[in-house]
Amino acid sequence: MTQATALETDTTLTPARLNHLQALEAESISILREAVAEFARPVMLYSIGKDSSVMLRLAQKAFYPGKIPFPLLHVDTSYKFPEMIAFRDAYTKEIGAELIVHRNEEAIAAGANPYTLGTQNCCGLLKTRSLLDALAEGGFDAAFGGARRDEEKSRAKERVYSFRDQAGQWDPKNQRPELWNLYNSRLRKGESIRVFPLSNWTELDIWLYLYAEKIPIVPLYFAKERPLITRGGQMTLVHNGMKLLPGEEVRTEKVRMRSLGCLPCTGAMRSEADTLPKIIEELLTFRRSERENRAIDHDEEGSMEVKKREGYF
Amino acid sequence: MDTVATTNFEEFLDVHLAQELLRFTTAGSVDDGKSTLIGRLLHDTKSVYEDQLAAVKKSRVNRAANGHVDLSLLTDGLKAEREQGITIDVAYRYFSTSRRKFIIADTPGHEQYTRNMATGASTADVAVVLIDAKAFLREGKLLPQSRRHTYIASLLGIPHVVAAVNKMDLVGYAQESFRAIRKEFVEFASKLGLKSVTVIPVSALEGDNVVTPSRAMSWYDGPTLLEFLETVPLAVANHNDPLRFPVQLVQRPDANFRGFSGQVARGVLRAGDRVLALPSRRESTVKRIVTWDGDLHVAAYPQSVTVELEDEIDLSRGEMLVSAADAEHGLPEITRRLRAMVVWMHEEALVVGRTYIVKHTTRTVRATVKSIRYRVDVGSLDHVQADRLAMNEIAEVELETSLPLFFDAYSESRSTGSLILIDGLTNATIGAGMIVGTVESGAGENEQATLVLVPGRAALAERVRDALEARGHRAVVIDDALISDDAFVAVVRALELAGVAAISSRALFPERLAEVTRSIQGFAAGAIVSGDGVDDEEVVRLAGVRT
Ligand SMILES: Nc1nc2c(ncn2[C@@H]2O[C@H](COP(=O)(O)OP(=O)(O)OP(=O)(O)O)[C@@H](O)[C@H]2O)c(=O)[nH]1
Ligand SMILES: [Mg+2]
Repeated sequence: MTQATALETDTTLTPARLNHLQALEAESISILREAVAEFARPVMLYSIGKDSSVMLRLAQKAFYPGKIPFPLLHVDTSYKFPEMIAFRDAYTKEIGAELIVHRNEEAIAAGANPYTLGTQNCCGLLKTRSLLDALAEGGFDAAFGGARRDEEKSRAKERVYSFRDQAGQWDPKNQRPELWNLYNSRLRKGESIRVFPLSNWTELDIWLYLYAEKIPIVPLYFAKERPLITRGGQMTLVHNGMKLLPGEEVRTEKVRMRSLGCLPCTGAMRSEADTLPKIIEELLTFRRSERENRAIDHDEEGSMEVKKREGYF
Repeated sequence: MDTVATTNFEEFLDVHLAQELLRFTTAGSVDDGKSTLIGRLLHDTKSVYEDQLAAVKKSRVNRAANGHVDLSLLTDGLKAEREQGITIDVAYRYFSTSRRKFIIADTPGHEQYTRNMATGASTADVAVVLIDAKAFLREGKLLPQSRRHTYIASLLGIPHVVAAVNKMDLVGYAQESFRAIRKEFVEFASKLGLKSVTVIPVSALEGDNVVTPSRAMSWYDGPTLLEFLETVPLAVANHNDPLRFPVQLVQRPDANFRGFSGQVARGVLRAGDRVLALPSRRESTVKRIVTWDGDLHVAAYPQSVTVELEDEIDLSRGEMLVSAADAEHGLPEITRRLRAMVVWMHEEALVVGRTYIVKHTTRTVRATVKSIRYRVDVGSLDHVQADRLAMNEIAEVELETSLPLFFDAYSESRSTGSLILIDGLTNATIGAGMIVGTVESGAGENEQATLVLVPGRAALAERVRDALEARGHRAVVIDDALISDDAFVAVVRALELAGVAAISSRALFPERLAEVTRSIQGFAAGAIVSGDGVDDEEVVRLAGVRT
């Protein structure tokens, strides 16, 4: 990005000081390359969200002029926004990435949903179980994830290389020490490592980078008049085939999504921000965290940690 | 989009991106208020979202006195931490002010988790060492863990140390108490050779001198902790440093392109420069510095780039490009025998003679502990003799690696002077090393064999094993029928990683022998000793025992 500009303006051959995003980029690229060098079969978890979009661009950069040397894995719960699926298919095709889509068809057929199961159990089946199955099926020993430490307080405890045992579980009380940028990739059979190249990025960094790099993202991030209902205390977008409960009334409001998860469990927010600069301006005024509109995070204190221990990303 | 808002936005972006980043870590003894201090810093700089603060307020746990919100819960993010009221593992938090961006590593004080403290401290520019004023007055001296952490901070080369004398509210905000503590800390720090030391009286609980100047301590006229963090000068990369470019990955997307990817660890790389590949010492010229955003004329620490060279030279992951101009002076040390300060991080002790795995830059090798030069008594800083190193102990250790490492002293360069030690069997990260230098003259010492082959001489195999064991090596005979010929290479390799010599009286097919040889050359310290046509005594001697 701004490196190209440095090349044009810098004829003196004196290296310029890296700005904040360039420094983050350099670190992330190094992490991606290190993992590709050391693991037999890495995969990238691609959730279609803003963080995944940044991670994907970093992977393109890390392996340029070659192609991304690992597949992308999308764990599809069947509850993703249709716009997300459309974006996923078009974008991965455009950049020539290999995409694996995994669904827990058994649970989906059995009608797993957050209303009757509760978000914890629903996530457990459609996300965590499905993810662990997909990783096992693919024989992946490393999985890149777009999680950031600034997202949530148990994530703040995560290593860049996060070790998982044979059952895919995280033991936060016994993590490998991780000094400097010397990552320990050694595994026994069946064990794996989650690699988090965006560990040190903040939400603001992600938006600034999306802007600076002109990275396409799912249109749901931008404010627009959308039909919605209020359900479970949050603004839920209405989509085809959705059954309205008694008393629910569809209305239209100008809203956007601050983070993208499953339709029923990710709330929309009122907003006028329909461009990246406006989103960033809005972000600077926020008093509440980005995961607040994600039902899964506050079932109880520490629920993210519980999910992560079980193998959730 | 050419509106006024957009112009302002571009300005905002420029200002924002130009901000410096400071990484700092907390350190100190258990319960002296590290997490509370970080919580206070985040809270008073308005870096905490309302829903996060609300979650802390309604938490069942609250250890804060005087009806305060327990701000330590903002970083103690694990269930076990909240239940036990201690920090177990490092938490990373991010915040910024109008002056700087910050990455905080809030580390545990409990001795058991010293390794996690080292994790958080390894990349820090500043260490904030907390000292509980009340505990100090009670003990009359610094707590052992405060000393240990300060010592580790100095070993890790953290440029600035600031002691936050905490819980001043519990000692009546008394200036004499602060002075006594400051005197002792400054004395200790100067013994460690720390150059930049600042001492600030604070109360994390009440917020004195964290972000806001203390009213209760009007006698103090130095900076608040935040002011200090916002203004302490940051080290800048020296572009006159010699070039170090460890190769991470060789990229060959097609037959026409072969690029060496990596992160510049030191110095500056320029297109057209003559470079030297280590260890082959072959020279070439930098043809292009390739990035997704276009080619660069120049790349410096810490940029991640891909280098294309003019010539097809032998270079792979774990090797290094340096400047050919440095061939006379300014090469890294290239040796298999080195000295490092090691912080041991595992329940099972480091033992002289054991072999571990070492990761240094992008290079992974095996390393045998040849000796412990001295252990450091963290209380007195005296050097004491030792032949093993228990968890959390620190020593200068001599290592012999299976392949040469290319390094600078840690005091010169964190990135080319640091290493980690890994247990070959459990794969745990068990030690952190700061390289001091090479071992002077290791002449006359043979190394232990990796594999001893004595086809058809079963009795000799046993004799070799006994001889090796008698000299303190570990060795096994692998003639067991359960080990198939197919598994032979893997077994030898596994033993090698564990620092155990393999001995066999099998007659191997030539192809298998070639395979073993190839495999061993790739990773082993020792060699294959072949007993063919050599008498028994000579085989035992060649098996690699020190004379
Ligand atoms: N009176 C008083 N109490 C404090 C102050 N700072 C912290 N405490 C209390 O000291 C106890 C320990 O605080 P923590 O912040 O958890 O200490 P810590 O250093 O993070 O502990 P570990 O991370 O487990 O090593 C808590 O009960 C705090 O409320 C202070 O300035 N004054
Ligand atoms: Mg703490």
